[in-house]
Amino acid sequence: MLQVGPAKKIYDVCIVGSGAGGGTAAKVLTEGGLNVVMLEAGPRLDPDKDFKEHMWPYQLPHRGVGLGGRQRGIGDEFMAPNGFWEIKGEPYTVADGSAFRWFRSRIEGGRTNHWGRIALRFGPADFRAHSTDGMGDDWPISYEELAPYYDKVESYIGVFGTKENVPNSPDGIFQPPPRPRCTETLVKKACDQLHITCIPSRMAIITKPLNGRDACHYCAQCGRGCRSASNFSSSQVMIPPAAATGRLTMIANAMAREIVVGANGKAEAVSYVDKTTMTEQRVYAKAVVVAASACESARLMLNSKSARFPNGIANGSGVVGRYLTDSVGSDLVGHFPQLEKMPPHNHDGVGGMHLYMPWWRFGKKNEFLRGYHIEFGGGRNMPGVGEFDYVCESEEGYGASLKQKCRSVYGTFIGFSGRGEMIPNENCFCELDPEVKDKWGIPVLRFHWKWGENDLKMAADMQETFKSIIEAAGGTVAAGARRHSKPSGDVQQQSSTISVGGAIIHELGTVRMGNDAKTSALNGHCQAHEVKNLFVADAAPFVTNADKNPTLTIMALAWRTSEYLLEQAKKMEV
Amino acid sequence: MSADAVTRRAVLKSLTMGAVAGSVMRVIPLEAAEAAHDMIQAEKASAGGYAPKFFDAGSYKTLQLLCETIIPADADSGGAIEGGAPEFIDFLTSENEEYQATLGGGVKWLDATCKTRYGKVYLECAQGQQKEILDLIAYRKNADTDEGLKAGVEFFMVLRNMTADGFFTSKVGIKYLGYKGNTFLTHFAGCPPVEGV
Repeated sequence: MLQVGPAKKIYDVCIVGSGAGGGTAAKVLTEGGLNVVMLEAGPRLDPDKDFKEHMWPYQLPHRGVGLGGRQRGIGDEFMAPNGFWEIKGEPYTVADGSAFRWFRSRIEGGRTNHWGRIALRFGPADFRAHSTDGMGDDWPISYEELAPYYDKVESYIGVFGTKENVPNSPDGIFQPPPRPRCTETLVKKACDQLHITCIPSRMAIITKPLNGRDACHYCAQCGRGCRSASNFSSSQVMIPPAAATGRLTMIANAMAREIVVGANGKAEAVSYVDKTTMTEQRVYAKAVVVAASACESARLMLNSKSARFPNGIANGSGVVGRYLTDSVGSDLVGHFPQLEKMPPHNHDGVGGMHLYMPWWRFGKKNEFLRGYHIEFGGGRNMPGVGEFDYVCESEEGYGASLKQKCRSVYGTFIGFSGRGEMIPNENCFCELDPEVKDKWGIPVLRFHWKWGENDLKMAADMQETFKSIIEAAGGTVAAGARRHSKPSGDVQQQSSTISVGGAIIHELGTVRMGNDAKTSALNGHCQAHEVKNLFVADAAPFVTNADKNPTLTIMALAWRTSEYLLEQAKKMEV
Repeated sequence: MSADAVTRRAVLKSLTMGAVAGSVMRVIPLEAAEAAHDMIQAEKASAGGYAPKFFDAGSYKTLQLLCETIIPADADSGGAIEGGAPEFIDFLTSENEEYQATLGGGVKWLDATCKTRYGKVYLECAQGQQKEILDLIAYRKNADTDEGLKAGVEFFMVLRNMTADGFFTSKVGIKYLGYKGNTFLTHFAGCPPVEGV
């Protein structure tokens, strides 16, 4: 056939987003032989230039807290780049009466550069929520169907942990865990007394070399990014093997605007803003995998309106943006004077907890449905800005005695964080704001949020549990201690018992899967019911937000979705 | 070209080199960052020290004295000035209007109050007078009984936190605390024996 001008390039697959889900899809699809183009809304990552691993606070002019001292906690200057609570020119709105926070990351690897590396499998009951207690819905897939993909992910990325047979907290394929810190030994003894299960944590940090990556060197700075890639990030562990196939085309600084539908009703292209040249561009592909993070993926689909899909692509059911959940979060800090007796020693360890408490009352009758796990951290971490606010404000005064007091209590605080399952409710969702657009004219999300009764009861129970552990360990509650020195550097500022929606950064469920096309957008392969060449590969497809951090399940699900897509491509079904 | 310039270029180069050559090379950026810090410190010293960005010369001297009073040098270590707390506070204050109101306004409040009480600004007061006014504003309860101290108490709370921030995130402050990490270990030893733990 005679063609005018150059033939337009058509990729096999376009992936939107390079985080946990997008990175996994890129690896599996390119290694499976497909040509993949990836759109990333931020720049490429250069670990050697971008990571502040091993730097001291005094090596930064703001000592880590940024312009005017305003960058604290997860967004501080030490953290891996481009993770933000607010992005200039890219707002989101929150409906009257709601409170919601949205942490977004615009960089290759997305939020996997920042995440806590907690890598927990969902359990069998988490996929059968409705069948178990009558609330919410079941997943269209079972634990048994996903288990082989958990195996693949853990074997490839490396996760430490131990086999424990805790009900509904399945064991995985583990590397050996690091030994407990003093803070953890202390808390474990209290938990043993209270019959609260306290076991080695399960983290995506390697304690043995794996696939050319060096073992952890125990500097506790995972959140800053790791130049030796001893922890998992998509940018360092998923994207490089995909790139090595020669079949990955990465387009950075590309903000997706719309999934374009062809005359046949299938997705045929993704239009995007090239932020470098400020021009409108388009890439064509035979299939599209959306993995922009749950809410950003919902936004892209809602913004992809056409005559065929007036409510957004593949959204005939109207569920896109609905069923939004975050983890139920609650925090409390304890002060433990006996830790003053610790001899000087290196307390760093990995960048996160070495022990944790999985949900230990599974199957028992509780005041609330579902459960939570407990994360904790503290001790003699690298001192940071805000470290001694609590001591200064409780001791007051000044001079040599204050200085000595700071030294004696340094490292004697332990922060506890409960992370529990929120049950979806009709008051929590995101939609397109009818008025507000970002700087490229793309309509932004408006969030609606209200915790349910079950969530509030669960948070109250967390507080009671924290108090009992603190007391059993011989400590006292340090109410108002604002910085609890979690090794990850994450600080949850909390004024009430329960966290602000979105603040735990486990938002998900906005493009959920299911067997019924009337009540779900995706089928059991994370394939859109209405658009067979459209897939979602982040946490948007989740049906429940179990008491396990979502990232490992995002990757297992993305791996499974990608293998399905490969099969379909071979059969020319997509 | 001086030897220093060569060193600086070598350091900056190694800072950007990072992990290309394998594990051993990864130590270099750390050492380079340390060297860069020492160079900046040396430059500052040779150029006659830090030039305040927000506080005027007189107020900055008051700030320095207050910081050193909050975290003084003692037998174990230097104090807030050696830790660079006044620079840190001035730098952040120059970028933050809230700090400008609280800290900039606070130094003015202190001088005005000292003038009323002792007829002189804080720096010129006798040590006993300085102690007397600080003992009033260093405790929240004093503002409960004397409304007039409220601004001073608020000022001192913020200043005390930031002085601690500046000192305990400095080289000398971190050493004073006894923090032992931020290094490369092949093996994490865990918790040594501790009584009660």
